[in-house]
Amino acid sequence: MSETVLELEKLTIALPPGADRANAVSDVDLVLRAGKVTCLIGESGSGKSLVARSILGLLPRPHVRVGSGRILFEGQDLAIAPQDKMRAIRGAKIGMIFQEPMTALNPLHTIGRQLDEVLRIHTQLGKAARRARVLELIDSVHLPEPGRIIRSFPHQLSGGQRQRAMIAMALLLSPRLLIADEPTTALDVTTQAQILYLIRELQREHGTSVLFITHDFGVVADIADEVAVLQRGTLVERGTAAAVLGAPGHPYTRALIAAVPKLVPPPARPANKQPFIVEARDVTKTYGARGLFGGDVTRALAGVTMELRRGETLGLVGESGSGKSTLARAITRLMPIDGGEILLGGADIAHFSRRRLRPVRKRVQMVFQDPYASLDPRQRIIDIIAEGPIIHGTPPAKAREEAQALLGLVGLDPSAAQRFPHEFSGGQRQRIGIARALALHPEVLVADDPVSALDVSVQAQVLALLADIKARLHLRMLFVTHDLRVALQVCDRIAVMKQGEVVEVAPTAEIFFSPQHAYTKALFAAVPGGTWQDRRAS
Amino acid sequence: MRAGFARFARNRMALFGAAVLLCLFLLVVLTPVIYPDDPFKLVGPALQPPGGRFLLGTDTLGRDVAAEIAYGARTSLIIGVGATLAAIVFGAVVGGMAGYYRGMTETVLMRITEFFQTIPAFIFALLIVAILSPSVSSEIIAIAAVSWPSIARLVRGEFVSLGGREFVQACAGLGASDARIIFNHMLPNCASSVIAVGSLLIGTAILLEAGLAFLGLGDPNVMSWGLIISAGRAVLRSAWWICTFPGIAILLTVLGINLIGDGLNEALNPRLRER
Repeated sequence: MSETVLELEKLTIALPPGADRANAVSDVDLVLRAGKVTCLIGESGSGKSLVARSILGLLPRPHVRVGSGRILFEGQDLAIAPQDKMRAIRGAKIGMIFQEPMTALNPLHTIGRQLDEVLRIHTQLGKAARRARVLELIDSVHLPEPGRIIRSFPHQLSGGQRQRAMIAMALLLSPRLLIADEPTTALDVTTQAQILYLIRELQREHGTSVLFITHDFGVVADIADEVAVLQRGTLVERGTAAAVLGAPGHPYTRALIAAVPKLVPPPARPANKQPFIVEARDVTKTYGARGLFGGDVTRALAGVTMELRRGETLGLVGESGSGKSTLARAITRLMPIDGGEILLGGADIAHFSRRRLRPVRKRVQMVFQDPYASLDPRQRIIDIIAEGPIIHGTPPAKAREEAQALLGLVGLDPSAAQRFPHEFSGGQRQRIGIARALALHPEVLVADDPVSALDVSVQAQVLALLADIKARLHLRMLFVTHDLRVALQVCDRIAVMKQGEVVEVAPTAEIFFSPQHAYTKALFAAVPGGTWQDRRAS
Repeated sequence: MRAGFARFARNRMALFGAAVLLCLFLLVVLTPVIYPDDPFKLVGPALQPPGGRFLLGTDTLGRDVAAEIAYGARTSLIIGVGATLAAIVFGAVVGGMAGYYRGMTETVLMRITEFFQTIPAFIFALLIVAILSPSVSSEIIAIAAVSWPSIARLVRGEFVSLGGREFVQACAGLGASDARIIFNHMLPNCASSVIAVGSLLIGTAILLEAGLAFLGLGDPNVMSWGLIISAGRAVLRSAWWICTFPGIAILLTVLGINLIGDGLNEALNPRLRER
């Protein structure tokens, strides 16, 4: 057994009165050992991030505070340590990496200056020594051209590079403990795989203890030595990664693992020879570069061609910036395109006027990515769902009646009708979004990464709902996602997009067994928990 | 918004402002009962100090200062509220069109808005009243004309940020018309900030009105606080009460409205909510 670095003893974090529960977490016992990665896994609202913050003394006091219990680090109790003592510990002895590196870095200072500042505050090193140390760290996180990187501002780096810079910053003072709060959630899968590898590598080199907060069991499988599962503030299971992943004891853990989309070959489906319903031909779209001075141009769509047949679900898979969401918005005509054609049932709707577009709108409906932003906060649920039919001429009373029936179809309680969006969870809101899209009886449903903002267990439910609705209503669906695993579950054919182009289209089984394009192969390799997934599948 | 009002109710200063305004409102409603006579009527000897037969004394012509203030309150409220409503409607239309249609429409409308903002408000209001001849309605027009740009800029900003939100796009995707998106979705979602800013505008409008009346550009046939002060300023050293009491009335009213406005702003503005 290696040495204990930090120990949580019956840690309880109290929430302000009026919150949905009295304590964010209660009686959490956790031991972090040197040279080990401990993953704290839980769904949103489980209190996992507050545990991390409590260790650093960064709870949003006075509303949220440590109620009872101890946080033992090097013989002192951090729960009652004064702020000035915490300041000396933070950064120097406990490093931290955040989810969104862009907000954690100061946009006005260069990377080099921000790293240098850490050393200036915590050490007596001279200027040259500091610079040498900064360059050494930048190099150790495998950032290219350290000399250039330290002169760069955060916005000049990519998301993955910024996260590497954050890791360099966290490791500058060789902390004994590194706390990583969902450090890869905001990153693309291929970048995520690299960052996970990097954390593992550095942690082995330095013998650092790592507390890794995540919601993704795939990530756990890739990085964890030990796992602790948090369910609504209670630690329900704790053990080595092999034990928890291989033979989960608690029903909640089992449910969470079961909900992780499996990387399994889809059942073979008969080839679909039906005619096309939606076709995109050489669609181009460019952002930026308007006006006198031009500027940088982003080619979101560089001549994309794709077809959706009647009765099939086509997956559009790609990382951020691949143009997949832009294509979805182009097809629903929520965004004008620069060139090319979009055919709906053979007619080019790309250049329809608003008036001619109105009847077309009915035929193509969209489910949006963000369940929090896509519902009008000031409308009742029934009005949200009934709005489309009312716009298209259904008498309001009849539209509301149909909307009420749709609530049942998407698995919501009839009493939901009179409530407002903020009273619902993310998964429930997404169901409302689906009901709204279905209210118009569309021929084509475009789903723009509808489950990416949801917890895995909820994700599984929403996917099941979509599959059920698709089968019952014979919908054609364009399913946009960044998650290959989800696409494998849902889609008949998959189109892989990269930098505004479709690089590969094939039936799902074919793409799973023999991906042709190098990028598709890279996507498969980057799926978190790859080997674990293989074992699950067999 | 219901939660917003709960937050408002926890703000003591805002409640004080609300109490002041409630008293003023009661005064306006009860004026015809308490002072049935015309406030311009000469009711006693000139320059009576307060505390005698007349609660707040009489002015240089022998008019009851208390009655003048009560009738002046009505004028102030009518002009303050009227001008603010006009400014909100006009500002929301201009800002809404600019924020919704963007492009050329926005450029033109916002340059016009900025042009209005560059003219000093009070001088501009003076000019408009002088052109239209002094009356209550021309005062309302003048004050609205100098107040709408702030509303227009606010609504434009809100519309621009709302326009990118997915629920607005979702609505466009359903095939909704512009009018439906604007009136059913975007305006209700920026109502709270408009209410908060609008309430502050009422205070400014009342001050502007008093200033105009003081300079003799108010309606000569309607009693107003500025008019009382204007008439009493010559005898300020011998008969202090004529100027002082309407001055206090203006101070309390504007203070009360500003406190309410700040309270609403804090309660309804999500950016300030955390404080």
